[in-house]
Amino acid sequence: MVDTLLSVFSYTFMSRALVVGLMVSLCAALLGVCLVLKRYSMIGDGLSHVGFGALSVAMACNVAPLVVSIPVVVLAAFFLLRLSETGKIKGDAAIAMVSSSALAFGVIVTALSGGMNADVQGYMFGSILAMSRSDVVLSLALSFVVLLLFILFYHDIFAVTFDEAFARATGMQVRFCNMLIAFLTAITVVVGMRMMGALLMSSLIIFPALTAMRLFTSFKAVVLCAAVSSMLCFFIGMLLSFFLSIPAGASVVAVSLIVFLLFSLLAKIKA
Amino acid sequence: MSIVRCEDLCMHYDNINAVCRVNFSVEDGDYLCIVGENGSGKSTLMKGILGLLPPSHGQVQFTGIKQNEIGYLPQQTQVQKDFPASVYEVTISGCRSRRGLRPFYSKKEHQRADEMLALLGISDLKHRSYRALSGGQQQRVLLARALCATKKLLLLDEPAAGLDPSATKELYQIIHDLNQKHGVTIIMVSHDINGAMAYSTKILHMATHVLFFGTKEDYAKTEDYARLAGGVCHG
Repeated sequence: MVDTLLSVFSYTFMSRALVVGLMVSLCAALLGVCLVLKRYSMIGDGLSHVGFGALSVAMACNVAPLVVSIPVVVLAAFFLLRLSETGKIKGDAAIAMVSSSALAFGVIVTALSGGMNADVQGYMFGSILAMSRSDVVLSLALSFVVLLLFILFYHDIFAVTFDEAFARATGMQVRFCNMLIAFLTAITVVVGMRMMGALLMSSLIIFPALTAMRLFTSFKAVVLCAAVSSMLCFFIGMLLSFFLSIPAGASVVAVSLIVFLLFSLLAKIKA
Repeated sequence: MSIVRCEDLCMHYDNINAVCRVNFSVEDGDYLCIVGENGSGKSTLMKGILGLLPPSHGQVQFTGIKQNEIGYLPQQTQVQKDFPASVYEVTISGCRSRRGLRPFYSKKEHQRADEMLALLGISDLKHRSYRALSGGQQQRVLLARALCATKKLLLLDEPAAGLDPSATKELYQIIHDLNQKHGVTIIMVSHDINGAMAYSTKILHMATHVLFFGTKEDYAKTEDYARLAGGVCHG
């Protein structure tokens, strides 16, 4: 058993995928708690679709994927936030609109520039082979930035998530804080989507928060539980993906769903 | 000494003149209720006092207190009703403006949060989940949070909305005590004209402009009061 587990790490691509994936899962879980509570769950979904569009363009033009997708997705995040704030079109509808448009755009660009290949498939559904050495370094650096900013602004993020009106009245920079959350989400989505796939990335953001909220009632406990369960689900999902040869994203989502149902059951028993 | 003074204040909301040439001042220790029908500019005026919306003309002046030192009790939002947070987490978030740029709360701020919970008689709820509390208890927690921001001036936006009669009475009593025993100046926006008349010292009746501003004894003699108390009272 132990030997089999250790053998997994002897593959470079697996240890890379695990290291980056665990960091991304951690970031996604932390941000996910406030996105879910702020009713912005779909933002992760929308952003990963925008990311897919950006990646398709990057591939068609033969430039490094992260270089193109990070600025595009960050801009999209600010744009979506702005749309939800001004309230002209309802937030969730706006995100659904942007997300399907970006996906369509990506597919069209791909079709015109030579059709679907293995890479595009990987971007859609996730692949554990996605990480090159430089990707790993960049992804880890970005994840650390997200983690650090989240910890430094933890209390502000709580205040803004719980009650924007009060936060604004006590002189907090609410807009800055919202933009920070959107910015960090964008970075996390871009880093994570190549492993999880554009279609499944949002699960990394939504599942841990919902799972943790079944059982825990304080913000801190929810954040901590989300972080732990997210990393655990990712780890188990990756192992299953490796041993059963199923796509990484789908396998992580399946494990997350099982853990969510388990927590729901525990909550029922407790109540 | 007046601590808040509105001078010729005008405000637009959605391109409508929601508040027009409003003049009044709140003295230290006052208990002012802002009353009026729906759409009379009560909420807009309150946002102007808090600095959440800019005035289109005139100004709001503060003496001995900064605009971001007002203890504010907003109306509860949908998000809060199932928000996972402990009572203590909610309370201490009121210390935000004291914290400045420090990322974490100091011992002194933790102490203050404890004191405010004790002041409102809810120290025993400290570790309870906010969403599991009754409406009245939740309002007390939000009051404790507001008091963490300041003990000079509280601004309350329809604090009794959605509370049952006994919880409403209890809440009014708490606010009354804060005003009388602890010298907290109160500005309350209210639909409940009877509650306003029972506890406040001054009334501001809004209908985009000021219909009446003065003591409640004087207000009781006016036709505006008779009309508001007679027909469109929501309390």
